[in-house]
Amino acid sequence: MATEITVGIAGAAGDGLDRTGDTLARTAARLGLHLYTYNSYQSLIRGGHTWLRLRLAEEKVDNHGDHLTVLVSLNQDGLERHAREVEPGGAIIFNSARFNCDPALVPDGVALVPLPLPDLTAGLGKIQPVMQNTAALGALLHLIGFDLEVTAEILHETFKKKGQEIIDQNIGVLRAGHAHAAKKFPALDCPWKFSRKRRPVVTGNHMIALGAVAGGCKFYSAYPMSPASFILHWLAAHSEQLGVLVKQAEDELAVMNLAIGAGHAGVRSMCATSGGGFALMSEAIGMAGMIETPVVVVNVQRGGPSTGLPTKTEQGDLNQAIGASQGDFPRVIMAPRDATDCFHTAVEAFNLAETFQLPVIIISDLLLGEHRSTVDPEAIPSQVPIERGEWVEALSPDDAQNGGYKRYALTPSGVSPRARPGREGLIYVSGTDDHDEHGILISDEHTNPAIRRKMHEKRMRKMDGVRARLQPPALEGRAGAEVTLIGWGSTWSVIQEAAAQLNRAGIAANQLHFKYIHPFHGAEASAILKACRRTIVVENSFSGQFARHLRAESGFTVDHVLTRYDGEPFEPAYIAERVKTLLAGKPVDLEVQEHEAREMAYHHIRIHMQDRARPRRLRKVPGAAYGEPVWAVELVNRADARPEGMLVIGATTGAGYGWHQAVPSLLGETSSAIFESSAGLPAGADPDAAPAKHAH
Amino acid sequence: MATVELTLKSLEGPVDPDWCPGCGDFGVLKCLKEAIVELKIAPHNVLVVSGIGCSSNLPGFIHAYGVHSLHGRALPVATGAALANHDLHVVAVGGDGDGFGIGMGHFIHAMRRNLNLTYIVMDNEVYGLTTGQASPTTTEGHKTKSTPRGNVEKPIQPLALAIATGATYVARGFSGEPKQLTKLIAGAIAHKGFSLIDVFSPCVTFNKINTYPWFKERVYKLEDGPYDSADLMAAMEKSLEWGSRIPIGLLYRHEKPTYEDTEPVLTKGPLVDQPLGVGRELFAEVLAETM
Repeated sequence: MATEITVGIAGAAGDGLDRTGDTLARTAARLGLHLYTYNSYQSLIRGGHTWLRLRLAEEKVDNHGDHLTVLVSLNQDGLERHAREVEPGGAIIFNSARFNCDPALVPDGVALVPLPLPDLTAGLGKIQPVMQNTAALGALLHLIGFDLEVTAEILHETFKKKGQEIIDQNIGVLRAGHAHAAKKFPALDCPWKFSRKRRPVVTGNHMIALGAVAGGCKFYSAYPMSPASFILHWLAAHSEQLGVLVKQAEDELAVMNLAIGAGHAGVRSMCATSGGGFALMSEAIGMAGMIETPVVVVNVQRGGPSTGLPTKTEQGDLNQAIGASQGDFPRVIMAPRDATDCFHTAVEAFNLAETFQLPVIIISDLLLGEHRSTVDPEAIPSQVPIERGEWVEALSPDDAQNGGYKRYALTPSGVSPRARPGREGLIYVSGTDDHDEHGILISDEHTNPAIRRKMHEKRMRKMDGVRARLQPPALEGRAGAEVTLIGWGSTWSVIQEAAAQLNRAGIAANQLHFKYIHPFHGAEASAILKACRRTIVVENSFSGQFARHLRAESGFTVDHVLTRYDGEPFEPAYIAERVKTLLAGKPVDLEVQEHEAREMAYHHIRIHMQDRARPRRLRKVPGAAYGEPVWAVELVNRADARPEGMLVIGATTGAGYGWHQAVPSLLGETSSAIFESSAGLPAGADPDAAPAKHAH
Repeated sequence: MATVELTLKSLEGPVDPDWCPGCGDFGVLKCLKEAIVELKIAPHNVLVVSGIGCSSNLPGFIHAYGVHSLHGRALPVATGAALANHDLHVVAVGGDGDGFGIGMGHFIHAMRRNLNLTYIVMDNEVYGLTTGQASPTTTEGHKTKSTPRGNVEKPIQPLALAIATGATYVARGFSGEPKQLTKLIAGAIAHKGFSLIDVFSPCVTFNKINTYPWFKERVYKLEDGPYDSADLMAAMEKSLEWGSRIPIGLLYRHEKPTYEDTEPVLTKGPLVDQPLGVGRELFAEVLAETM
């Protein structure tokens, strides 16, 4: 079995967690390992809770998995929240001069690795608090059996511009952390075989940008919006070097229209945004369809609706992409499945856009767009096919006899060879009103139903040509499986891994993945799915937008839809466990889970208690308030563990029924009785009284 | 094929204008054609971009490349095209509702950039195509279909905005003064930088107040008096003059590098002529940043 571990780094925004994660990721990549990082962060520059996981493995990984081997906590909060997740054989690293780790939180078989930081770094000059990270990284390298010198080399490169003193200090702190851990703690069991093959560490956003320029993108417009902004930043930084003009505009209305103007003039143009910006682009996407201008639009989805969850992932914009803009017009919608695929999708998008003269929408998401993984360099070639479609360079004798160049000539393929504005003899006007073959309007005064019908059919006919070029979906895994998991876009890898887990558990599972959303291979999908035994769509949306799309396009109704819409991506076990539940004929449990009740308690503590408490014990007790069971959460003071009260959370609705100091009158019991009695909630507690007793 | 001699006739579009008889936009179209003839620009090197509205139908009536785009979006489409091929003469056209209502955000930002393009607004102080509602330049008190008790909003001052925002050629024309208007348009197209011409172009059907006689009584030509169009503060003052006397002519002109001049990618020639893709070595170089 290939060796792999997952390292979690917890801290607040501003703790320097990204830099530490980046150094570790580069170290792993230089040693020849594969990696995937998932950063669960918030829309904050400082503060908040940030939780970065790095899955490091000998084989390719494209999701963050289910495990936690080592926790590196840069603050107290991180220890309290994540210590219990570390698996036996793992370790917890923290700065013992600033934080303490309650042994009750530490699972059996997990090593505590406290680093007495001021002592460790004595003699290395004035140490910034943020450098605790580097000492922790040194200790980590020892524990997981990584080559210290590779990391030292990376730090050398990182701090090159800051001078020798800074380099020496950082590497000194790294070595001090390493030496301390090596002296006091045995290394974990990690029998790595390092290939030392160097691979790029990239994000999906990065690969879309690189694929776009490799594929001939010359013009990029954007308005800042998370999680798409990296594409703007990367292209702006490389604009001159790569010869791509980058224009930040005043809003997404302008962004889309700029890209269309550039596309109309004959350059390959692209823009990217997230759901809110995409909504503003909608009308112009329809214009691109109507005036037959090639353009590529990327929607890096985040949690919606509205401003929604700016820093969290979701696949909730499928309906929006399919339904963007008024009327029917040809469009292509593609959803890449991983970072490597992002590169090729961008290349393909331009070829389709120019060949068929239409808007191409790439739907990515925060998970795919922002999370880093290794890619094989041979899988992303510098030289890619560039197909520019049919062009006219000079007026044909036929057209000269018949009123001039026909920009919108009615052809069997629906594609009318286009001319670049500036060419002599081919003058035409592109109108967003419907028009005839020459581009002359047939809208207001001189409507013409016959021409309208044929022009509409011509445009839509292009979709047949597109569909014929696209690879139809195919089952991956064992045929005749007990269950077929169906997904689209970024969930490909996690579904593959969930299927593997199910197979290991004796449940034969395979996957049907869709990259091409529109046009859709409805007949092919239907033929495959009809032969499947049980079908479950797995998607990151509330309403199962893809399941509905599948039904609309193929007529096939799946047996179950497994959704996740809390802003977090799926993990393999999350899927596998729920699939087992569904196969057993039971519904997925939507009650507030214990870890969720704890997160709700943390929110309450942060907003109403100035972070002075932490949740100690949780217990689900039946029937209170709206008649639902509740979670009783015991809160204790962070500094001295004295009781602060009890928080009561509805287990079905999630309603906050308030918190109660010392004696919880709501439940008619002392907290110790609730947590120590076997019966849970005492009989006779008045359920209706609960909501009125809100403490705030 | 033989190049056709450049005349007003050769610049006629494939269809006749569908504007109401007497519409001010006829004058603007004619002056635009005259300016192109005067400047001797081959029509295939002109791209006319419009939004939506009566005046935005203009691209269909002139023999030049054109995009008849969306309501309010003429300027961003024109900007994208101008950046993609700065050898083209890009002329954006439209009405006051299109440019100063739904397209106002783009108007301001396009001027900030000092792009080398010309923007002609056919300003009739009313929404014509939608049959006569108040527009952003409708005067206070004016009764329209959407303001039956009189317009209560202050009209936009497009010229003052243009001067304040960074346009480098700011003019006002009147379709009842075609000689001057042709000159202003020719000057605008020849100008390197963002040029705005706000043209009084009366709507004979839906605006019974701001009519030809109404303008004729009030307008006076800046070039007839002592006036220095390089003087920013004087231009600002003139831009706000309204009432019994309304100035027309070139209010402000200033030379400075255009956006295209300062964009490094465009130093290698028009974007549309540049090679596509990334060479092997350069690709390896940018990929190495991630290792």
